[in-house]
Amino acid sequence: MIEVRQLKKNFGTQNILDGVDLLIESGQSAVIIGRSGGGKSVLLKHLIGLLQPDSGDVLVDGEVITHMNERQLLRIREKFGMVFQGAALFDSMTVEENVAFLLERQRKYSPAEIQRRVAVALEVVDLPGTQKKKPAELSGGMRKRVGLARAIIYEPEILLYDEPTTGLDPIVSDSIDQLIVRVRDHLKVTSVVVTHDMRSARRVGHQVFMLHKKKIYASGPPQELFASSDPIVRQFIDGVADAKENVF
Amino acid sequence: MNFLARTWLGEWLTGLGRIAVMSRDAVLSLLTWKVTWKDLLYQIYFIGIKSQSVVLVTGAFTGMVLTAQTYFQFHKVKMDTATLAVVGVSMCSELGPVLTALMVAGRVGAAIAAEIGTMRVTEQIDALRTLATHPVDYLVVPRLLASQIALPLLTVESIVLGISSGYVVGVHLLGIDPTYLLDNMLKYTGNIDLEIGLIKSFVYGGIIALVGCYKGMTCGMGAEGVGRATTEAVVYASISILITNFFLTLVLQRVALMLL
Ligand SMILES: Nc1ncnc2c1ncn2[C@@H]1O[C@H](COP(=O)(O)OP(=O)(O)OP(=O)(O)O)[C@@H](O)[C@H]1O
Ligand SMILES: [Mg+2]
Repeated sequence: MIEVRQLKKNFGTQNILDGVDLLIESGQSAVIIGRSGGGKSVLLKHLIGLLQPDSGDVLVDGEVITHMNERQLLRIREKFGMVFQGAALFDSMTVEENVAFLLERQRKYSPAEIQRRVAVALEVVDLPGTQKKKPAELSGGMRKRVGLARAIIYEPEILLYDEPTTGLDPIVSDSIDQLIVRVRDHLKVTSVVVTHDMRSARRVGHQVFMLHKKKIYASGPPQELFASSDPIVRQFIDGVADAKENVF
Repeated sequence: MNFLARTWLGEWLTGLGRIAVMSRDAVLSLLTWKVTWKDLLYQIYFIGIKSQSVVLVTGAFTGMVLTAQTYFQFHKVKMDTATLAVVGVSMCSELGPVLTALMVAGRVGAAIAAEIGTMRVTEQIDALRTLATHPVDYLVVPRLLASQIALPLLTVESIVLGISSGYVVGVHLLGIDPTYLLDNMLKYTGNIDLEIGLIKSFVYGGIIALVGCYKGMTCGMGAEGVGRATTEAVVYASISILITNFFLTLVLQRVALMLL
């Protein structure tokens, strides 16, 4: 279970989050939508302790993780997997070493077993046979999927996805959506998905949270939220921009 | 307090404090030994083997010029055969460790800062943290250890090369009597000089790695941030080495006097 209470965050003088509340039950998946630059990635990074809030608390399975030091956080982070918006692969390592990173460090499995698991994980994200490639040799979408493989391979309890399908073609996007649902249902994983893709939000979320004006503006099950008549929610979901006629 | 925090002095003190915290983390992590041999050996290879050429050239030419200059001065007072004694002592306890450390700071300190800085800018350090890995365990400790192992070895190498090339220049170019030259050198250069040099280089190895890692981990965003972190790593490491050297000399010479 992940709970966020009155989270506030500033970068310098710029206020990014101003009192965000969030509750995600175990085994459920939450989708976070909101305008670009609205602070979704920042919010996601708070959930795993990569950023510390200025005030407010983040609780993971009932434990307050704000104010924990880096070493105490390691234990909490073992429960997590995270897919970064920009993949964040280790560029000095091959795909295989990237995906196997945590398994290698845990020393729980034999090298042959690790190799097998890496092959399976790469198969799942539709990139079989790329083990020996370096991240620089992959396309942006491929890198993102390697990042996904790296996060799911050790079967964490909680998975955070930062725009997992942005920049992928429709077919791969669809398979990633299915993967998120499958991982969630089979492994009972709690998932938090940040996305701009309304179709994917509808499919993978038990709950949808809309971040607007530095707060959670609206939330609810997808059917409910997508049927909302609130003008701001409607505008976002239908994707209508305010006219800027006086410019061009 | 607020005023202090806003001046460069405050910034400088904060930096020192953060480095101290990072060093403490590194030492604690060392005690629980989370380093893999593969990482450590790779870093020793990178710091030690890849610095060979710079260290060899520095050692040889420093020894040679020191011999020549000392000879020119000593010759005026007919003390030719004491030349290599001066070279031996100063190579062992000052020039060997300091010049090697400065050269390695330029090469390795910059590389460490650039590598870790790039990792920070491209969120690779955040990725590391999400994979339940402490950046200090994984990035700082192997580099720190490797640097402290490699630097004394490189220093010995440059000392040996410096003295022997000094000998060659002295005997074959300047025509000093080899027997007296060697005898005088052995009389005045003691084990203690070499020991002081090794202790110093061990300390400088730590400074180079810690400053490089710190500058990388705290580097600003973007390519400019990495560039600045790299230069600052070299500048701060070099300055720290020179300042530390003065105080280490005072302290170690005192200790040596007490022990003898
Ligand atoms: N490390 C940082 N330092 C300073 N400002 C930051 C930092 N990270 C994010 N910001 C600011 O926080 C705001 C929110 O950024 P964030 O990356 O969370 O947006 P986002 O909602 O994920 O957008 P997108 O959908 O485009 O990914 C932005 O205005 C950005 O400038
Ligand atoms: Mg984002």
